Amino acid sequence: MAVKDDKSVTNRRLLNRNLAQMLKGGVIMDVTNVEQARIAQNAGAVAVMALERVPADIRKEGGVARMSDPKMINEIQNAVTIPVMAKVRIGHFVEAQILEAICIDYIDESEVLTPADDMYHIDKNKFQVPFVCGARDLGEALRRIAEGASMIRTKGEAGTGNVVEAVKHMRKMRTQIAEVSALPVEQLATYAKDIGAPLDLVKLVAKTKQLPVVNFAAGGIATPADAALMMQLGADGVFVGSGIFKSSDPQRRAEAIVKAVAYYNDPVMLVNASQGLGEAMRGIDVENMDDSERLAKRGW
Amino acid sequence: MTIGVLALQGSVSEHLKMITSINKKIVTVPVRTVDELATVDGLIIPGGESTTLRKILETPPAPNVEPLFIPIKERIAAGMAVWGTCAGLILLASRVEGENPCFGLLDIDVKRNGYGRQINSFVGEGEFDGMTVGMAFIRAPIVTRVGSGVQVLAEYDGKPVAVRQDNILATTFHPEVMQRDNRIHKYFCNMVEDKV
Repeated sequence: MAVKDDKSVTNRRLLNRNLAQMLKGGVIMDVTNVEQARIAQNAGAVAVMALERVPADIRKEGGVARMSDPKMINEIQNAVTIPVMAKVRIGHFVEAQILEAICIDYIDESEVLTPADDMYHIDKNKFQVPFVCGARDLGEALRRIAEGASMIRTKGEAGTGNVVEAVKHMRKMRTQIAEVSALPVEQLATYAKDIGAPLDLVKLVAKTKQLPVVNFAAGGIATPADAALMMQLGADGVFVGSGIFKSSDPQRRAEAIVKAVAYYNDPVMLVNASQGLGEAMRGIDVENMDDSERLAKRGW
Repeated sequence: MTIGVLALQGSVSEHLKMITSINKKIVTVPVRTVDELATVDGLIIPGGESTTLRKILETPPAPNVEPLFIPIKERIAAGMAVWGTCAGLILLASRVEGENPCFGLLDIDVKRNGYGRQINSFVGEGEFDGMTVGMAFIRAPIVTRVGSGVQVLAEYDGKPVAVRQDNILATTFHPEVMQRDNRIHKYFCNMVEDKV
């Protein structure tokens, strides 16, 4: 809910959370150039994430992954009418200042890029533009919200085409929200301490039985069925990173995932969305992955 | 009375909650299919991304299944009360700068993202049909022309932000995010009631 005075900090926060509400039921797609951005918009994406390399390539090529060239982001901003998001490294508040200066619609403080600070995240309350952050559980989500995130997404395991980690994170979040909602008031402070979250936000979740911001699924979503799975598990929408433009027919797959998210509860529609899409991205087994290769471990 | 909210993408739950807050007797229906559309007396097209909504509206959801676009357009043309907020207004407009209109039933010209990007989103206040209301403009469109049959219900900064043409109501702002104020939703419920 917003209130009158348009200069107040409260209003900025609400407008930023409200933009995420407008994205609900939608698909946000990673794009690396203008052509892909146009394909994404035509396929029905609610927003695009502009970046130089999709997570699957970052994983393969290694090196330090940083914020993308503002010029490239700007070209994408000029090519589409839907919101444009871009990533900054965890803790890199100057990259965030640069993105704010080019009027980005949403900043993703992302574990997919190489962290710039091994202790702290960005103080997002200082910014006018909204932030989305990854989280594996309720504690991590509420820490990010306390820092000023206006939207949360699961971390999943980006660039793997394997949905198992996103499922794990979404289930964990839902379980903890149910837990905290059932606790007597006197147990909330201890619960907050145990999950490392601010007490006021834990109390709010206990009362409303939901996160105070929109929660999307991300990390490993590669097929329409994956996307519908995350929606049925309670996600408000999905991010698809490498899954679209690493597949054999990006346009078709993008349209199919949009359709699957809109009709996520209707198996007949999902049949239609799932057939004849060509090869999905190849994918990586997450179970045997070394801890050092896990992007979700980044962030504190 | 049954009020539907087009539930393909966007601020669906916000609108549903608002309608429920007015009167528990009003039945609310999230509308995704032709069958669900058939049950409603009035329809809200929510905030969201208009390009996304349009894509889903116009694409047949399965082979031999009619896209929702056609029956919705027929219902509106036949007099069903409809209210578009933000993206919904763009879909209803007869002219949209730089692209072909979607339903094209509301005689206005619209410029998408008229105020700029998210950093230019803002909250204002204005008179809506004699009531002072808060208005959240989120990457909002600007109405650049209003046809002669269209009544301007609210202005902000000299520009029309709420308009009505018979059974069609449209706002460039988002009353559904103003949690403690359901007066514009009440206004729409009255429009639906008048038609029933």
